[in-house]
Amino acid sequence: MKSIAIIGGGVAGMEAAAKLSRMGFSVTIIEEKDQLGGKLMQWHALFPARRPAAEVLASLKNQVKLGINIFLNARVENIEKNDDGFAIALNNNRMITAHAILLATGFDIFDATKKEEYGYGIYDNVITSVDLEKAFNEGKVLTAQGKTPKRIGFVHCVGSRDEKSGNPHCSKVCCITGVKQAIEIKELIPDSEIFMFYMDLRMFGRHFEELYKIAQVEHHIQFIRGRLSEAFENRDNSVLIKIEDTLLGKPMKMNLDLLVLLVGMQPSKKLSHILRDLEVENDADGFVKQTDNQLAPSKTNTPGVFAIGAVTGPKTIEETISEARAVTLEIADYLHNKVATRILMNESYSL
Amino acid sequence: MIEFGYSIQTNRQIDYDLNERRILKYIRKNEPSVDWCMSCGTCASGCTAAATSDFSLRRMILMARRGEEAELKANIYRCRFCGKCLNACPRGVNTRNVIYWMQQAIKNINTL
Repeated sequence: MKSIAIIGGGVAGMEAAAKLSRMGFSVTIIEEKDQLGGKLMQWHALFPARRPAAEVLASLKNQVKLGINIFLNARVENIEKNDDGFAIALNNNRMITAHAILLATGFDIFDATKKEEYGYGIYDNVITSVDLEKAFNEGKVLTAQGKTPKRIGFVHCVGSRDEKSGNPHCSKVCCITGVKQAIEIKELIPDSEIFMFYMDLRMFGRHFEELYKIAQVEHHIQFIRGRLSEAFENRDNSVLIKIEDTLLGKPMKMNLDLLVLLVGMQPSKKLSHILRDLEVENDADGFVKQTDNQLAPSKTNTPGVFAIGAVTGPKTIEETISEARAVTLEIADYLHNKVATRILMNESYSL
Repeated sequence: MIEFGYSIQTNRQIDYDLNERRILKYIRKNEPSVDWCMSCGTCASGCTAAATSDFSLRRMILMARRGEEAELKANIYRCRFCGKCLNACPRGVNTRNVIYWMQQAIKNINTL
């Protein structure tokens, strides 16, 4: 029986595992946390329809209940390539062999303390979009002083499209996440005023533009084009911001009760030693290089090693699910045809 | 902006906390489509008044949103109500009505 080791038990890993298992392969998930779910466990509701994240999580978890080997609290120590495929050494002296490897380790969340000028970790009332999801899960959004915030600002592109912070790429999902979160705050606190400070709004997905319009028309959320240069903390712990309203060509200042930083996605640091062992190349942006963006998006430069989800750049959940399903065909093709061909013809597998 | 009398420069910074949004609220009450504006500038690109002056409906709406009343007042009467912007707006803002209610707001500013 041909076997696949999937590194990462989040959305990508769970979906691919379920589908590969149903195709008759022996599948192992290697997950570093004590349970499956990945970042999805932290989200409250998913854009654009605000479906509860727990619902999607439960559905994905349900798929991987039977017939799949799951290693929890497991870290990859090193990987060796051999004629048969791969030998993967885990912590606690565990060893797995696999004919193919699927990288599904997701992304790291940008560390907002690196944008010191915004005051995250310094000022009381500066939080991230991840913190806000947690607040939604708890059912209340409050300032650090326990008050209901009446004026809330969102800063787009924190740790995205910012070469200074090491991330030149667009993280793709933050614009729509911000719009979703702004509406959620408005529903929790109807008399609040909300401001979105953006450079561009990238409402690329289906129903995203509609949600943006709903935010403006029904909730009177103000979109102000300009990138925040700096935030200051007032004596009452509110936050003073200065920004250029670039559409008016004028500088502007205002006080906010809460400032939310829409933090971006960046390549997973924990993946680097795995990539080194597998001789998998990165692109200049630090995400894993796809051998062909259009025709082979899930293949890496190393035969038998595949990558899906945010490993190859920022993705939405639906894009990740699509990739997870698509890669099963790539892997099946590789395991059924290419491995056999390689052994018979002694040819190396290529694109 | 509070004038202390000793400033040697004009402060052109928008002070959002100090400004009032009474004009926006008034327009919104009479012509809610003002909120549909996404500042694309299609209205201004074909505007007769914009071709010969600083008038831009895109800017006017933003000034109402920020509470920049003085600048709004200085430019709002340049519109000739030709209605080209009405055909141009991709979001269907009733632009002519917005300008009409803006003018009414300026006229009745003390009663808003």
